[in-house]
Amino acid sequence: MQSIDLATASLREMNATLQAQAAQTNATQWEILNPRGAHAIAVGLDAPIEVTVRGSTGYYCAGMNKQATVHVTGSAGPGVAENMMSGTVIIDGDASQYAGATGRGGLLVIKGNAASRCGISMKGIDIVVQGSIGHMSAFMGQAGNLVVCGDAGDALGDSLYEARLFVRGSVKSLGADCIEKDMRPEHLDILRDLLARAGVDARPEEFRRYGSARKLYNFDIDNVAAY
Amino acid sequence: MCGIVGLFLKDKALEPRLGAMLTEMLVTMTDRGPDSAGIAIYGGGAEGQAKLTVQSDQPDSDFPALADDLGAALGSRVTLRRKDTHAVLDLSAAKAAEARAALAELRPGLRVMSDGAAIEIYKEVGLPRDVARRFDLAAMGGTHGIGHTRMATESAVTTDGAHPYSTGADQCLVHNGSLSNHNNWRRRLKREGLRIESENDTEVGAAYLTWKMREGASLGAALEGALDDLDGFFTFVVGTRDGFGVVRDPIACKPAVMAETDQYVAFGSEYRALVNLPGIETARVWEPEPATVYFWSR
Repeated sequence: MQSIDLATASLREMNATLQAQAAQTNATQWEILNPRGAHAIAVGLDAPIEVTVRGSTGYYCAGMNKQATVHVTGSAGPGVAENMMSGTVIIDGDASQYAGATGRGGLLVIKGNAASRCGISMKGIDIVVQGSIGHMSAFMGQAGNLVVCGDAGDALGDSLYEARLFVRGSVKSLGADCIEKDMRPEHLDILRDLLARAGVDARPEEFRRYGSARKLYNFDIDNVAAY
Repeated sequence: MCGIVGLFLKDKALEPRLGAMLTEMLVTMTDRGPDSAGIAIYGGGAEGQAKLTVQSDQPDSDFPALADDLGAALGSRVTLRRKDTHAVLDLSAAKAAEARAALAELRPGLRVMSDGAAIEIYKEVGLPRDVARRFDLAAMGGTHGIGHTRMATESAVTTDGAHPYSTGADQCLVHNGSLSNHNNWRRRLKREGLRIESENDTEVGAAYLTWKMREGASLGAALEGALDDLDGFFTFVVGTRDGFGVVRDPIACKPAVMAETDQYVAFGSEYRALVNLPGIETARVWEPEPATVYFWSR
């Protein structure tokens, strides 16, 4: 296990070291000590390494991640795993607003709650939240899956494109053009796989599925007076 | 952007360290607000006495004879403690309103930062570290306090534009965000007799809460009213003589983190601000919910 202590190393040194790891590196296990809420920890990684951050992080932890597994043992500030491309990000505590925003791939697991705008503009990322999520989550979500084991806040899936939303608890309100849809066998399979990969003990049958009504896709001539 | 910190002590043993803890939190928030910094600190205060914190751009000429001049005008004993550009005047609570009027005559350039039994406000332009050093904030004790680091959006980078704002005895407000309907509310609140001295949006927010409480609302109800009446982005932290409160607008894009232990309740715009507090590793740490009022009092 390689260790980087942010009490002595600078943030740039830490990120440069992690970003320099090649695909064939032997140094696959890393730990970051004393994160103390610092911003932009373990960003832009592009190697199959495993990074454990021991503590809580500030803004934009694990942003733009590719291939790497980043595990935060505390909570994460705003924008965790923003624009993730692939790999896995696991947060043991809570995540602040816009977790997984614009993510294109990979898996983000939040074991606590996520705040507002979770998965906003998601473009292929899979997000599994074991707790609840805040308002405006998955706003304009284009692709990928958002799984919520707890409850969802106001305006879930507003202006949604083709992201799939699965919620086990209550939904405070659905956003514009977001509707509940039938859970078909292929959705149960997707959900079963995601729950297993996230290590969540829950039955897919307990969830409801929400998606786009596809009414905002094309201009509706009846709305012309509004413009 | 702006940075907010707040600390409400439950454990009396920490009271002598309030200023030191708040200063450390404030300096951590420098990159959220390097323009100016300020702090409201609550403590001390004897029965029947009031404290007026005043600020002067010419402290060397304004302050030396001020206690005597004011004492003579009021016919009552006044003492003065100077801290850099600020001074705290101790006087009889019964004379507090009269003292404001007298100060306007005696020293027209003076700004009254706060008045009340326990509150003192210190704020100036500059890096938080430098502002804290000028006032020796780290040496101050107290029961609770609120600090702000400012990145200006709504009004000029001046002492008047810095937070906290106090528009009522022992009340203060700091704000991260921007209000969009403050001009309407400024006109309305001035008609209601509220004292608003700057062009800043936050001062209007402070006056709004003062007005609500003057009309009989509790602080909690006043903060609920702010959710209905104030338009814009805000994370507010409010201080009163015996407590402090937090509210975020319904969109809640301005960050906020809170921590609570048996010893304190702490607020930070970011978790970074809280990491040096005692027992933070085992504290209950959470993000305050949108459009939800939180309040602690002793």
